[in-house]
Amino acid sequence: MPPKLPKPEELANVNYKPPKKWWQKGTAEIKEGFWCFGSRPKYLQAVDMPNPREWKPTDEDWKLPDNWREIFLEGMAERLQKYRSFHLFMDICVRCGACADKCHFYLGTGDPKNMPVLRAELLRSVYRKYFTPSGKLLGKIAGARELTPDVLKEIWTYAFQCTECRRCSVFCPYGIDTAEITIIARELLNLLGLNTDWIMGPVANSYRTGNHLGLEPHTIKSNIDFMLDDIETVTGIKVEPSFNRKGAEILFVTPSGDLFGEPGIYTCMGYLMLFHELGLDYTWSTMAAEGGNFGFFTSNDMAKKLAYKIYSEAKRLKVKWILGGECGHMWRVWNQYFDTWHGPADFLEAPVSPITGTRFENAKGSKLVHIAEFTSDLIRHKKLSLDPTRNDHLQVTFHDSCNTARGMGIFEEPRYIINNTCNHFYEMPENTIREKTFCCGSGSGLNAGENMEQRMRGGFPRANAVQYVKERHGVNMLANICAIDRATLKPLMDYWVPGVNVAGVHELLGNALIMKGEKERVIDLRGEPLPGKEGA
Amino acid sequence: MGALISFIAVIILTLLAYGGVKSANMQAIFGIVLPYAAIMTFLIGVSYRVIKWAKSPVPYRITTTCGQQKTLPWIKQNKIENPSDAMGVTVRMILEVLLFRSLFRNTRSELQDGKLLHGSSKWLWLGGIAFHAAFFTVLFRHLRLFTEPMLLPLHLVETLDGFMQIGAPRLLMSGVVLLGAAMFLLLRRFLIPQVRYISLPADYFPLFLIIGIAVTGIMMRYVTKTDIVSVKELTMGLISLKPKIHQGVGAIFYIHLFLVSVLFAYFPFSKLVHMTGVFLSPTRNLANNGREVRHINPWNYKVKARTYEEYEDEFREKMKSANIPVEKE
Ligand code: HEM
Ligand code: SF4
Ligand code: SF4
Repeated sequence: MPPKLPKPEELANVNYKPPKKWWQKGTAEIKEGFWCFGSRPKYLQAVDMPNPREWKPTDEDWKLPDNWREIFLEGMAERLQKYRSFHLFMDICVRCGACADKCHFYLGTGDPKNMPVLRAELLRSVYRKYFTPSGKLLGKIAGARELTPDVLKEIWTYAFQCTECRRCSVFCPYGIDTAEITIIARELLNLLGLNTDWIMGPVANSYRTGNHLGLEPHTIKSNIDFMLDDIETVTGIKVEPSFNRKGAEILFVTPSGDLFGEPGIYTCMGYLMLFHELGLDYTWSTMAAEGGNFGFFTSNDMAKKLAYKIYSEAKRLKVKWILGGECGHMWRVWNQYFDTWHGPADFLEAPVSPITGTRFENAKGSKLVHIAEFTSDLIRHKKLSLDPTRNDHLQVTFHDSCNTARGMGIFEEPRYIINNTCNHFYEMPENTIREKTFCCGSGSGLNAGENMEQRMRGGFPRANAVQYVKERHGVNMLANICAIDRATLKPLMDYWVPGVNVAGVHELLGNALIMKGEKERVIDLRGEPLPGKEGA
Repeated sequence: MGALISFIAVIILTLLAYGGVKSANMQAIFGIVLPYAAIMTFLIGVSYRVIKWAKSPVPYRITTTCGQQKTLPWIKQNKIENPSDAMGVTVRMILEVLLFRSLFRNTRSELQDGKLLHGSSKWLWLGGIAFHAAFFTVLFRHLRLFTEPMLLPLHLVETLDGFMQIGAPRLLMSGVVLLGAAMFLLLRRFLIPQVRYISLPADYFPLFLIIGIAVTGIMMRYVTKTDIVSVKELTMGLISLKPKIHQGVGAIFYIHLFLVSVLFAYFPFSKLVHMTGVFLSPTRNLANNGREVRHINPWNYKVKARTYEEYEDEFREKMKSANIPVEKE
């Protein structure tokens, strides 16, 4: 049973006054509703990760291996030499506090250790103790701490209270990215077998079946078949996509969240309708049916292993280039890691839109094109007939996902699509969108059930900005380009801003898209009556 | 606590210099040996730190993007906040280093009746800029003690700096601003509860030190009227590697010089290395063109991941019955 969630009025009453007790003396307090279950051993075993065992974060004894301290410190030494980012960020923070109130977890909890600077200091204090002369010499005065079991627990608690959203790094005068520190902290914790079940389950699934949900090939196909039936009901058109077809021009990859559950499937229906309408020569791969990568929330090595299937399937199926669906962390990985890991993609061709002839110059190396780039180019070239009035019942706002905002910078493309498919679009306040966007509060594998209070608190700043546009403009639809958002923003809205729905941008497109030979549409992709067609 | 430790440390340092010069006649130590030692520590220490950072590679292109990416030709790219080439990166870095661009973005969030308000907040930026600009101006003006004849830009800076024309000797703004801004940064640490909570002794110490330096400097110029000719003989001696102690230079000068020496020697062991570190920061100094140009990771390695063959072996029958093409029938 997940712990009971307090009422929104209680949660919204955040106390930002730091406690009297100095943080360095603090021990790890693991609060109900703020932690996820430890990974079951079978998941770690499935992907050969170290130290599998049964353990629970609230246990006194975490059953650490005897030499846990050496493992952790040696791991740290190795990563200081492998990552300039980590090395530098351990050294140059001046503790100016500019990042402090930028973190949604701090704004939602008031817990000072959720200030990015302190989250980093938890590990930095250990760094000082073992890796700097002043820390070795002066100890506490220099802000250095021994690595004790309690300190380890504290690092664990707060590494899994950071969604790696990078909002702090936008404001830091040196660009210190606490997400980078969290990523490394999680790697170190993984050396000790300390990951969460909610992350390791999808990782193990993704290794075996290619996707987080563990959908086997025939299930992927049947899930999509269901969507095709629904599309036929709505439009009268029979869409027939192909699977694992060799020689298609394009391989389409999207997060598996789009293949299962609402509202992800509606976004997926949007893709299917669009590709059908274009007569696009593309294929799905049942093995590369996951653009997302929970490996990214465990270790660089695991992330790289899970990403392997994408290029290898592209190669096997002899496609020319790869089109990627709406997802946040998938695109952070695709934009900033993928080609470095598995490139050069010289077996593919520089991507060109077969419909408009546009060359995607910005993707000519990795051959990975974002669907919002692809679709906005189509609209710009007037290749789509759109009827935005079909979305007239929607007052839409757009949530920039952290990863696509601060690890890519795809801001105008989705907005262009929304503006061409909807008549009522309203931006949230300036300091809460684009590069300053607030996280859904559940990214980086924190979208479990047992930590619901943490998620609702972390999502508070986002929800608060939605509430603002709801009160002002009657917003009732929160659009986004991220599968995790589609899964997490709905409960967030239900908790803080009831009455606001959540949709992927390509669901809005699917509704507005006028398809050749379609019947008169009376319902939208969710099966609800279109505006003005209520009686039909 | 942290503030007190640091404050006492600076007081002890001051007394050390005062006592050393006044009663032990250690002018040569404080005027020659320690300054040389401090400069050496600074140069070697900072180089060591930079080389050590530079030895760690940058495996991934992890730019923090703060504007529209380069994309379709009709969408305007933010070439500075989301650079895709060296030019954009250069401008971005210049803005960061000279104008503290990221700090300029600063907001302050407040919770009022269950509503979060995020307003712009420029105070830290202003204090930071004032502090650093004044610091570098003061540092630069000190070159007049080390050059003969004085360099032209020095005259220029001094004229600008003294535009207020108050009193004689003319009041130079930079010293006052340095003191004021350092006091502001200190007060911030005392008064903002969150900032106080995160502050370590290592955050107070350089501020007290610089305040001490500024106070003694201002005192020499306007209060005790230190014999500048003798000082200049000492400094010219230091720079020409023929150091010589002159009588008639007051104790306050030695305190000033000692605190400066401590600052320089302390520099490489402290957070002050942010001065050089900021140039190396991978979230700022990389172009966001990971999809266009392959970024090379020097320690890249091949992973053993699940292959399609293994996948098909496990699911072949299911694939066949679902009419999904397979490699081996
Ligand atoms: C010789 C060179 C430099 C020195 C001596 C220096 C010194 C300092 C000191 C002592 C602080 C601490 C203020 C405090 O604790 O509140 C500080 C803070 C800071 N420095 Fe520098 N700095 C130097 C160069 C730079 C450069 C090149 C940058 C450009 C990015 C920079 C940006 C900052 C910022 C943004 C702060 C935060 C203000 C604060 O902490 O209140 N500094 N610097
Ligand atoms: S903004 Fe940067 S330098 Fe300032 S406290 Fe945060 S991480 Fe440290
Ligand atoms: S990356 Fe995001 S969640 Fe993590 S510390 Fe920074 S602002 Fe907070």
